[in-house]
Amino acid sequence: MQSRLTRTVLLIFFIGLLAFPLIYKRLAARNSAAETKTADPATVLARYGFSLTETSQSAGLQFKHTAPQLDAKLNHIMEQVASMGAAASVSDFDRDGWQDVYATNSGEGSKNALFKNLGNGSFKDVASEVGLEGMNSRENGVSMGAIWGDYDNDGFEDLFLYKWGRPELFHNEGGKSFTRVSDAVGLPKWLNANTAIWFDYDRDGKLDLFIGGYYAESVNLWNLPNTKMMPESFEYATNGGRKYLFHNLGGGKFEEVAEQLGIKSTRWALAAVAADLRGTGYPDLFIANDYAVSELFFNDGGKRFREVGAKTGVGYSPKSGMTASVGDVLNRGQFGIYVTNISEEGILVQGNNLWMPKAGTSGDNLIYENLANAMGVELGGWSFGAQFGDLNNDGFLDIYLTNGNVSLDRNKSYWYDYSKVAGGNKAIISDAANWPPLNGRSLSGYQKKRVWLNDGAGSFKEVAQLVGVTDINDGRSVALADFTNSGKLDVVVANQKGPLLLYKNSVTPEHKWIDFELEGASGSSGSNRSAIGAQVRVFWNGQQQVQEVSGGSGFCAQNQRRLHFGLGKSATIERVEIRWPSGKIQIVTAPEPNKIHKLKES
Amino acid sequence: MTPEGIAPVSEINVAPSILSRIGSAIGRFFSFNNRYLAPVLVTCILLIGQLTFGFLESYSRTALAILTSIAMELLLGRMLLGKWLNPASAYISGISIGMLLRSPEFWPYVICAMISITSKYVIRWRGRHLWNPSNFAICAMLLLAPYTVASLSVQWGNTIWPMLVIWTLGSVIIYRLKRFHITFTYVASFIFFAWVRHLVTGHTFLAEVSPITGPMYQLFIFFMITDPPTTVRRKWGQVLVAFLVAFVEMVLRLMEFVHAPYYALTIVGPLANIIEIWWTSRNQTAAGPTGQIATAS
Repeated sequence: MQSRLTRTVLLIFFIGLLAFPLIYKRLAARNSAAETKTADPATVLARYGFSLTETSQSAGLQFKHTAPQLDAKLNHIMEQVASMGAAASVSDFDRDGWQDVYATNSGEGSKNALFKNLGNGSFKDVASEVGLEGMNSRENGVSMGAIWGDYDNDGFEDLFLYKWGRPELFHNEGGKSFTRVSDAVGLPKWLNANTAIWFDYDRDGKLDLFIGGYYAESVNLWNLPNTKMMPESFEYATNGGRKYLFHNLGGGKFEEVAEQLGIKSTRWALAAVAADLRGTGYPDLFIANDYAVSELFFNDGGKRFREVGAKTGVGYSPKSGMTASVGDVLNRGQFGIYVTNISEEGILVQGNNLWMPKAGTSGDNLIYENLANAMGVELGGWSFGAQFGDLNNDGFLDIYLTNGNVSLDRNKSYWYDYSKVAGGNKAIISDAANWPPLNGRSLSGYQKKRVWLNDGAGSFKEVAQLVGVTDINDGRSVALADFTNSGKLDVVVANQKGPLLLYKNSVTPEHKWIDFELEGASGSSGSNRSAIGAQVRVFWNGQQQVQEVSGGSGFCAQNQRRLHFGLGKSATIERVEIRWPSGKIQIVTAPEPNKIHKLKES
Repeated sequence: MTPEGIAPVSEINVAPSILSRIGSAIGRFFSFNNRYLAPVLVTCILLIGQLTFGFLESYSRTALAILTSIAMELLLGRMLLGKWLNPASAYISGISIGMLLRSPEFWPYVICAMISITSKYVIRWRGRHLWNPSNFAICAMLLLAPYTVASLSVQWGNTIWPMLVIWTLGSVIIYRLKRFHITFTYVASFIFFAWVRHLVTGHTFLAEVSPITGPMYQLFIFFMITDPPTTVRRKWGQVLVAFLVAFVEMVLRLMEFVHAPYYALTIVGPLANIIEIWWTSRNQTAAGPTGQIATAS
């Protein structure tokens, strides 16, 4: 039926098809290898505009995270269950002008650390001096993360500590010490939270508090009646923790209003971020859920939240959401949302999501499309924390991502057993007793980190190894801050059962920058004093970039509140528009670059 | 049933119902002769999965796999056989790939669909192709492109009801298509070997049974291991092959191969076909030129 020639051609074609994946991979590897060979420090700085050097030890950030020992019924999978709790959040808690870092620990009896920036390149742990040290115990639970916000508008950032256990709110006493006020404000006695953010959802000038539960609040991981506490599904689980929205009444009083305002989710939240995505002036709320789709709540005038995940496209394909951060990726004055998930070669390729507003959609009709693949920021391993920030000051927001889940025996993988049960029915997956023992095996451990440089034209380039990010810890939380007040974003990374890392940034001086440190007026018609929710729009060289002051983003993290804009070479700033949370607009014409501008709401 | 193979199988006629014209129409629809029954079933699974749980990577990727499969089938059929082939079997290949393959990229769906259809024309012995096309292509992608490819691993929500509906519907249809013995043998063998694995590994029996509760297995059980052109002809042989697939899968699972069912079918399926072709050929030679098995063109 076929001539010999036809059969030969067909065979060659078939072999070509089989060879295609191998050739594709080889070509990609060759391009990467070619760059690695030429990566001496001077070339790196010239080519990418920055390089990162890990300096935690010399800077005095001596901190190692420890994990808790939960109920013995979980011993066989302890490392997998107790796999979170390393977190870092940045604030200038004593208002000395230098950004400080709070790092959480999770082992019972372990100590959290508050690293005060001494302004000379070094830090000192002052947690014990100010009363923020011993937070972790079997009785009261252990730390998962912390966020800073001035809830009483006294000018000093207060600290909310969320835990698998009793959450705590600490009032900042003038930067000198902290007072526990948890009982007075009516916080729950117990919850299992892995995310919380400060935001002023009703724009009344007082910061409100959102807390996202992970395990159900009825679960005490140190005292389990049985082992049926795992997610009921790998993609559709709704047996997680409830959500809390504490409305700030003033005078140190809060009122819980989550369900009343329409936030009723019991999915397994791992990250939340708030930003005004529609230009209404009110912050919308995005939640990245593990074992489920993400959720997006539109804020209807501070009176109600409306879940629009499916409508907007972000609640479409269920994955393992672990971070949520917003950034104006294309300098169009619109926020994209970055969500990290799990990708393991040959087993589970969820891919991360970069939700970008679809052209021509806005307001209530806003539609997002996932451009992570098209823009090259999709595959990040077992991704955890990620943040947007202009690392090389070229005028475009880059992404720093950390990853790695459980690093034990390098040569033994738990993935087969994990996948065996993860795809099972509710009755199987939800019972920890059905999960095969870890037995010292790794689950996506020892992973290389990702630093994606934004070319501003719609694609990112991965340069982590080239610019000096070479650690392979089990990374969790990433926070960006300028610790030297020199116009460069440094990177703090908290690692599970690992060290707190400080990647010091060196940026080419050719690239200009401008920073804004905002302070709300507070009072009845003013903004919250932390200015969380304020948007700054910088117009320069015919383009614009918008950023918003955040009360927490990424995975269990908070960047500095100060907004940092890279401007690239030959930058001429036309104007800067500040929209305060109160709605007031302030214009600054032609501000001076390479300077930190401190602005107060008038 | 329209298989994934080149030529439809049409040996057996099911007697029309005598109760009513409606009953007759239903009977015809669910008859062994209806080449569109399997495509309808697999489309139902896709729609249920997608509309209720959003389990596709994306509509566009699945559509790409389907269109590529059909285009390749039409092209190769025209070039090599001189006729336009019915696209139903290519549709099954494409939709199976579109559902079972997971990749953030688009090209794996195109390449996998092309490998699937082309394999039917290239890997042949004595007029029969040996591998189930989509199974072969998915295995090839899992082995050659693990950096960007995985297989379907989601489940039917967090309740047992969608799974039971699919199992019931699928079983009824497969029964009408006279392939239920294959499905039943495989499922029974899988459960038995899950118990064996539970004894070997010390993991709970539920943990070992867990994989078969996911939709990947429903596609595998209803569409891959029952595919007429790539299964042996004799009923007892089909039962034996289904058992052996489950056995080899158990061995691979004990060796911690994540994609064990695909690989098991890829190993056992063609070996069984080769043995049957050889055996039939030997008997024919011994008996003289009277018998001839139906071969795919």
